[in-house]
Amino acid sequence: MPRSWRKLREAPIEALIRLCGISATLFVLGIFLFVCREALPLWNNEAFHLSEFLFSDQWYPTSEHTKRYGVLAMIAGTFGVTLLAMLMAAPLGMGAAIYISEFCGPRRREILKVMVELLAAIPSVVWGFAGLTITSRVIVRLTNADVGVNLLNGAVLLALMSVPIIVSLAEDAFKAVPDSYREAALALGATRWQTTWRVLLPAARNGLTAAVLLGFGRAIGETMAVLMATGHAVKIPSSVLDPVRTLTANIAAELGEAPEKSTHYQVLFLTGVLLFLITFVVNLSAGLVIRRERSQ
Amino acid sequence: MIRIEVRDLRLSYAGREVLHGVSFDLRSNEILSIIGPAQAGKTTILRCLNRTIDFVPDARMSGGISVDGEALNGRTDVEALRRKIGMVTPLPVGLPLSVRDNVAFAPRCAGVSNRAELDGIVEQCLRRAMLWDEVKDRLSIEGTKLSGGQQQRLTLARALSHRPEILCLDEFSIAIDPVTTMRIEEVLKELRNEISIILVTNLTQQARRLADRTMFLMKGEVVELAETSVVFSDTPSDRRTYDYANGKFG
Repeated sequence: MPRSWRKLREAPIEALIRLCGISATLFVLGIFLFVCREALPLWNNEAFHLSEFLFSDQWYPTSEHTKRYGVLAMIAGTFGVTLLAMLMAAPLGMGAAIYISEFCGPRRREILKVMVELLAAIPSVVWGFAGLTITSRVIVRLTNADVGVNLLNGAVLLALMSVPIIVSLAEDAFKAVPDSYREAALALGATRWQTTWRVLLPAARNGLTAAVLLGFGRAIGETMAVLMATGHAVKIPSSVLDPVRTLTANIAAELGEAPEKSTHYQVLFLTGVLLFLITFVVNLSAGLVIRRERSQ
Repeated sequence: MIRIEVRDLRLSYAGREVLHGVSFDLRSNEILSIIGPAQAGKTTILRCLNRTIDFVPDARMSGGISVDGEALNGRTDVEALRRKIGMVTPLPVGLPLSVRDNVAFAPRCAGVSNRAELDGIVEQCLRRAMLWDEVKDRLSIEGTKLSGGQQQRLTLARALSHRPEILCLDEFSIAIDPVTTMRIEEVLKELRNEISIILVTNLTQQARRLADRTMFLMKGEVVELAETSVVFSDTPSDRRTYDYANGKFG
C-alpha cells in the first residue's frame, strides 16, 4: 500500500478513537445540562423557594392548597443511610482487603477476588428484594422495631453493595505498597499484623481513603435497593429504626407521576442536580486524594 | 562460644543451586567478614540466617543452621530470631514513617511502649549510627526524605534498635562518605565487646581493618576461612584467595 494511502486511513480511525475517548466527558456534561435545563424554570416560579427546598422537611408536592417542596428529610435520610452503611462497610471492606492482600495464599486470593466481583454483579433489585424479605425480618426479630424496612435495613444493604468496591480498591492500594517495606518490617521482627498495622496502613492511607470515598459514592447514588427497603417515609429520622426516604428513591417513585413541566416535576429534577453535585464532590475528593498519593 | 553454626548449607532458587554446602561458625564477640566476587552467595547466606529467605517463594534450603544451639526449622519463632539478628541491607529501605518511628518500630513491635524508654533507644541507636547530630532537630520528618547515605545509617540505627545479639551488615557503607564510614567502623569495634558481627563487604580493605576472621566465598563455596591476617597475607592456603585479595579478579 502506498504511504499516503496508509496516512489517509489513519486519520479517520484516529478521530473515531478520540471521540470514544472523550465520550464519557460528553455524556456527563450532556446529562448535567439536560437535568439543569429541566430544573431551570424554577428560578421564576413563585411557588418555589430554594431555602424551602433545602431547609424544610415539608414535602407535599401534590397537596391541593399548601404545596410544599422541602427535601431536608430526604437529605437527612440519604446521608443517614449512607453514613451508617459506610460505618459497616469500611471496616468490613478493609478487613477483607487486608486478608486477601496480606494473609491468604495465592490460590485462595484468586478465589476470593472472583467472589468479590460476583458480589458486585448482583443486581440492585435483588438486593432490594433481599432487604424486603430477609434482612427486614431479621431486624424486626432482633430489635422489636415496628417496621423492618427502615434506615438500618437500607444501611445494611448499601454496606453489602459497596463492600466489593471498597475491597477491590483497598486491595489495589495495598498491592501498590512496595514489597521492600514488608520485608524490612518483618526482618525487624514484626509479625504480619504489626507490619500491616504499623507500616502498610499508613503507607496505603490515601488509596484506602479513596476506596472508602468511592464506596460512599456508590452507596449514595443507589436507588432501587433503598426504594424497596427503607420504608419511604418523609421524616427526619430520630433513630436508626425509623423508616426514611432517600433523594434517589424519591425521584424514582415520583417522577412517573409528576405531570411534565409542573413544579413538582421541576423540583424532582432539581433534586437530581443536588445528587449530581454531591456525587461530583465525593468523586472529585477521591480523585484528589489518589493524585496526592501518586505525586508523593 | 559459638553463636551461629552453619553446616552444609545448600540453597537453590527455582532448582538452581547457588550455595553448595557452606559451613562456618560465628563466635561470640568477633567480627567475621565475608568477601567474594558478585554471585558468590554472600547476601543469600545472610538471608538464610534470619529466615528472610522465606520471602522468596521458589527458594529451597537444606542443611543445618543453629543459632545459640537452637536449630532453625519450621517451628522456629521467626520474630524472636529476627530480633536477635539485626540486618542492614545494601539498599536502604526507609519505612514510610518518621525518623523516630523508623527506629522505634522494632522495639514497639517487641512490646516497648514507654515513651521515655523509646526516646532513649532512638537517641542511642542514632548516635551509634552517626546520624543523631544530623537529624536530632527533625526526628518527625519522614525517613524516606533523608539522603541516601542518611537512610543507610537510619537502617543501621534501626538494626540496632531491637538490641540484636548478632549484627549482619551487608555492604553497609556503599552510600556513606569515607569519614563517616571510619567513625561507624570505630563504633563497630566497640560493639564487638557486646555482640557478634558478620560483615559482608566488597571492600577488602574494610574487611582487613575490622574483621577478626575472614571467609572468602566464591560461586557458593567457601574457598577459605581463616584469621584475617592469614587471608590477606602472601600465603593464604588457597591461591584464589591471594588473587582476589590482590585484585587479580573479581
